[in-house]
Amino acid sequence: MELPDHFFRHETGRIIATLSKIFGFQNIDLVEDATQEACGRAVEVWSVRGLPENPSAWLMTVAKNRALDILRRERRTRTVSTEYGQLLRSEWTMELRVDELTELNAIRDDQLRLMFSCGHPRLPEEAQVAIMLHYLCGFSVKEVAQAYLSGFAAVDKRITRGKKALASSGSLFDVSQQSDFMERLPVIHRAIYLLFNQGYHGGSQDSPVQHLLCREAIRLVGMLLENPLGRTTETLALAALMHLHAARLPAKLTPSGELTQLFDQDRGLWDQAHMQMGFELLANASSGQALTEYHIEALIAGMHASARDIESTDWPTIVKLYDALLVLKASPVIALNRAIAVSQAEGPARGLEEIGCIADADRLETYPFYWAALGELQVLVKRDADAKRSFESALAIARNSAERKHLQKRIEAVSARPGLGSLN
Amino acid sequence: MSEFALVYRSGGEKMSPEEMQAHLKHCLDWFKELLERGVIDDPGVPLGPAGSVVVGRQGVVHDGPFAEAKDVISGFTVVKVQNLAEAIEIAKSCPVAYVGGSVEVRPVEACR
Repeated sequence: MELPDHFFRHETGRIIATLSKIFGFQNIDLVEDATQEACGRAVEVWSVRGLPENPSAWLMTVAKNRALDILRRERRTRTVSTEYGQLLRSEWTMELRVDELTELNAIRDDQLRLMFSCGHPRLPEEAQVAIMLHYLCGFSVKEVAQAYLSGFAAVDKRITRGKKALASSGSLFDVSQQSDFMERLPVIHRAIYLLFNQGYHGGSQDSPVQHLLCREAIRLVGMLLENPLGRTTETLALAALMHLHAARLPAKLTPSGELTQLFDQDRGLWDQAHMQMGFELLANASSGQALTEYHIEALIAGMHASARDIESTDWPTIVKLYDALLVLKASPVIALNRAIAVSQAEGPARGLEEIGCIADADRLETYPFYWAALGELQVLVKRDADAKRSFESALAIARNSAERKHLQKRIEAVSARPGLGSLN
Repeated sequence: MSEFALVYRSGGEKMSPEEMQAHLKHCLDWFKELLERGVIDDPGVPLGPAGSVVVGRQGVVHDGPFAEAKDVISGFTVVKVQNLAEAIEIAKSCPVAYVGGSVEVRPVEACR
C-alpha cells in the first residue's frame, strides 16, 4: 500500500481541526506541536514497520495522546475553556470522550468549523486565505510564502495575526447555526475563490501555474458541497467555475515550462474529468434564482470549454456575459477580458477601442497580461512598433521565467517582421 | 562478515507535512534497497519516546516521554557488512542524517 499524494498535508488539516475543537484555539500551539510530533513518529515507525492498516486513524490517535500528555504535564499553566474543559479535568473521562470526538464523522464537521473560523471578520482577506492554507491544507509558513511570492516574515506575521484573532474569539465558529452559517458563507466563497485564482493566475518563481493551490481550493469547496447548508447554488457555481478552469491547466503550461494562452492551447490536453464535473455542477447551480458573479464566470468558462476552437467560440455571447459581470463587479481586469472578447467578435480594431475606454485603466499598468494583450491586438492591426513596446512593458514586469520566455519570443517575432517602425 | 548497529537519533528538525512525506518515502526506499542488497535481514526496531529509566540499586524511576530530549534514540538497525568502513558508507546514505539527525555506527560484539 502506498500513501496518497499530500497525505500528511491533508491529515494535518484534519487533526488540527479536530484537536483545536477539543482543546480550544487558545491552545493551538499545543495542538500544532502534538500534530507535528505525531507526523514525526509516523515517519520513524512506518519507515521501519511499514504502513499501518489505517494510517489516518493511527495519526489521529498518536496526536491526540500526545496532546493529552502535554496537557497533563502543563495543567498548572494551561486552561481549556472549551465545552470539553470540564471533561479534560478528569483522567478517566478525558480518554473516553476524546476517543468519541475523534471519530470519522465528527472530523468532517470539524474541518468546516475551522474553515469558517478562518473567515474571521476582523481579518483581511489575505490573512484569511493564509491561515486556511496553513491550518486546513497543511502548508508550512514557508510554503505559504512561496505560493504568494511574499517574504517569510510578512507571511509569518499574517498567520500570527490570524492565529491571535481566532484565539481571542473564544470558541470556534458554530456551523450548526443556520443564520450565522449563511452570513459567513460568502466570505468563505471569496477566500476559496482567491486561493484558486492565486493558483491559476499567480506567478511563482518556478511555476506560473500553481496547480497545488487550485487543487486545494477544489478540495475545500468540496467540503462545503458535502454539507447540506453549504451546498447552495452559489457554492455549486463556484465549484463549477473552478473545475472548468482546472480542466485547462494541463494545456496552459507546456512541459518545457512555457505559458500557452487560451488562443494557442491544444484543447486535446484539456482534462475531460474536470470538464464533465464542471458542467454537471453548473447544471445544478442553475436551479436557483440567484445569478452571482461565480455563475457568470462559470458560464464564460463553460463557453470556452464547449467550443471546439477559437473560431467556433460564441464570442458575442461571451461579450454579453462580461457585460453582466461588469454590472455585478466593476473591475478593470474584467473590462480587459471583455475587450479581448470584443476583439474576437468584432475585430482587433474594436478591441483596441474598448481597451482605450476602460475606466481605471491605469490600475492595469502593473499587470503584465494587460500589456501582452494590448501587444497582441497591435500586432493584428499591424502597429508593430507599438506592439513591440507593449511586449517590452509586459516583459519588464513579468513575474516568472515562463512569462518572460513567452514575451521574449513575441518581441523577437514582431521585430523580425519587415517594415517595423515604418507604419508609425 | 561483521555486524554493526546503526543507531538513529532524530534531530528534531521541523519539517512541513509535505517534507515529512518525502522523507518517509526516502526512508522506505532506503530500507528496501538494503534488503535487496542483502545487507539487512529486517529494518530493525523503532523506539517510542514514552517509557521510563530505572537507575541504580534503589531502582529510581525517571518517567518519559523523552521526546523533548534532542539526543533521544529513535531506533536501530543491524547491518551485515565486511568492515566498519562499509557500515559508515551505509550510514552516510541514511535519510535520517539528511534531516538534521545523526547515525551512530557501533560494532555488534561477538564472542567466538
